[in-house]
Amino acid sequence: MADYSASDLRKGLKIELEGVPFEITEFQFVKPGKGAAMYKCRIRNMMTGGTQDRTFREVEKIGKPDIMSRELVYTYQSGDHFVFSDPETYEEVEINAEAIGDRKWFLKEEMHVDILFHNGKPIDFDLPVFIEREVIDTEPGFRGDTANNVTKPARLDNDYEVQVPIFINVGDIIRIDTRTGKYADRVSSAGRK
Amino acid sequence: MADETARLLAIKGNLERRSRMLGSIRRFFSDHGFMEVETPVRLPAPALEAHIDAEPSGEFFLRTSPELHMKRLLAAGYENIFQLGPCFRKGERGDRHHPEYTMLEWYRAGTDYLGILDDTKALLAAAGFPDQPWEIIPVADAFRRHAGWDPTQNFDEARFDLDLVDRVEPALPVDRAVVLIDYPIQAGAFARPKPGAEHLAERWELYLGGLEIANAYSELTDPGEQAARFAAAAAAREHMGKPVYPLDEAFMAALRAGLPPCGGIALGVDRLAMALTGAATLDDVMAFRH
Repeated sequence: MADYSASDLRKGLKIELEGVPFEITEFQFVKPGKGAAMYKCRIRNMMTGGTQDRTFREVEKIGKPDIMSRELVYTYQSGDHFVFSDPETYEEVEINAEAIGDRKWFLKEEMHVDILFHNGKPIDFDLPVFIEREVIDTEPGFRGDTANNVTKPARLDNDYEVQVPIFINVGDIIRIDTRTGKYADRVSSAGRK
Repeated sequence: MADETARLLAIKGNLERRSRMLGSIRRFFSDHGFMEVETPVRLPAPALEAHIDAEPSGEFFLRTSPELHMKRLLAAGYENIFQLGPCFRKGERGDRHHPEYTMLEWYRAGTDYLGILDDTKALLAAAGFPDQPWEIIPVADAFRRHAGWDPTQNFDEARFDLDLVDRVEPALPVDRAVVLIDYPIQAGAFARPKPGAEHLAERWELYLGGLEIANAYSELTDPGEQAARFAAAAAAREHMGKPVYPLDEAFMAALRAGLPPCGGIALGVDRLAMALTGAATLDDVMAFRH
């Protein structure tokens, strides 16, 4: 794939440096009176999320990454692979468990996930912010105790363990924030679904 | 339309201050015996500099600076001249750059870059800037302190440009006027070598609030040295695949006939208005950008 010239750089552009994809998050054109044009950038590593500053000179050639974003639907887990399908072509896409990491706890069947691929390998997953899960095991709660700052462990219907407020009971549907992995709020109580 | 009206009303105070500043500048030069001149905006041969690109205009080019014409006036015996007007630089666009901008240039016979520095201090006071300390920092000192090397001893152009914008400029004090002075001769453009220290060019740059405002020289008057620098700039442009402008033969003839010792300066008026009003971008001191 052809490279970018420094003058192509702009905020939001995705570039590749030494095999790593970066996104330009801040951009400033600079040119000392008699010097060459330069491009001061803040760039975000698309694999780790870390940011750094980098100034490019006018004459530099900058790599163009092979980046593709696809909206896929999670279907099922098969051994150490998670299987997604393309909602339009029904093509199946297998992603290994290592790439999914702890996000596996937040996948639900039929969930739509935007996945970013770099050179065909998934590097980022855009999950819904909240998922709903049922509590299948926890110490009994106390009716009327609505304190949020006292917590206890609970096991959810996908075996995920999370700290929940003391008033949560088995059978409650709760929401988990997928950005933090933590309890967000209760959707419905057992027996009052 | 409503958006434009709101924007123009929001910056009207800045544009009024800019207008008063322009009036003060003209009065200052008039009071100090300078003559306002106007030279062509369309040129057959824009000044050959490695990193300054001219916008084509028919068979000609829009001027990147009025410098060469103003020096022809000096060679003809005009001693104190100034010009305020538009200049154009292709591809320069950003918060602090616009491809069309207003330049103030003045030249004074019988002085050098330090005489121009005195003019500049007096001009800023007349243009409405409050009294402020002036810190004069040799380029060698600034680079040794903030970038760990001395470009006046071992010049490396790529490293010089990068360290200037990444290390030196961000470290300059913003609470006073800062003058970086005595550049490496290789970054001297049209400045004469410093007598007794020929590895330095008699060139300085003014920074206000960290923003580069003006570039001044003891002007190069030696036609042989000038021809060599044009040739080096032409070779650099060719190497970078950039258009190489024709040599300005009329200017070279004026140099050979004799340019008196003189100092000169190019000052970005839009940026001066930014410094005066505290604006963060050119958008706040220019009525229209395109």
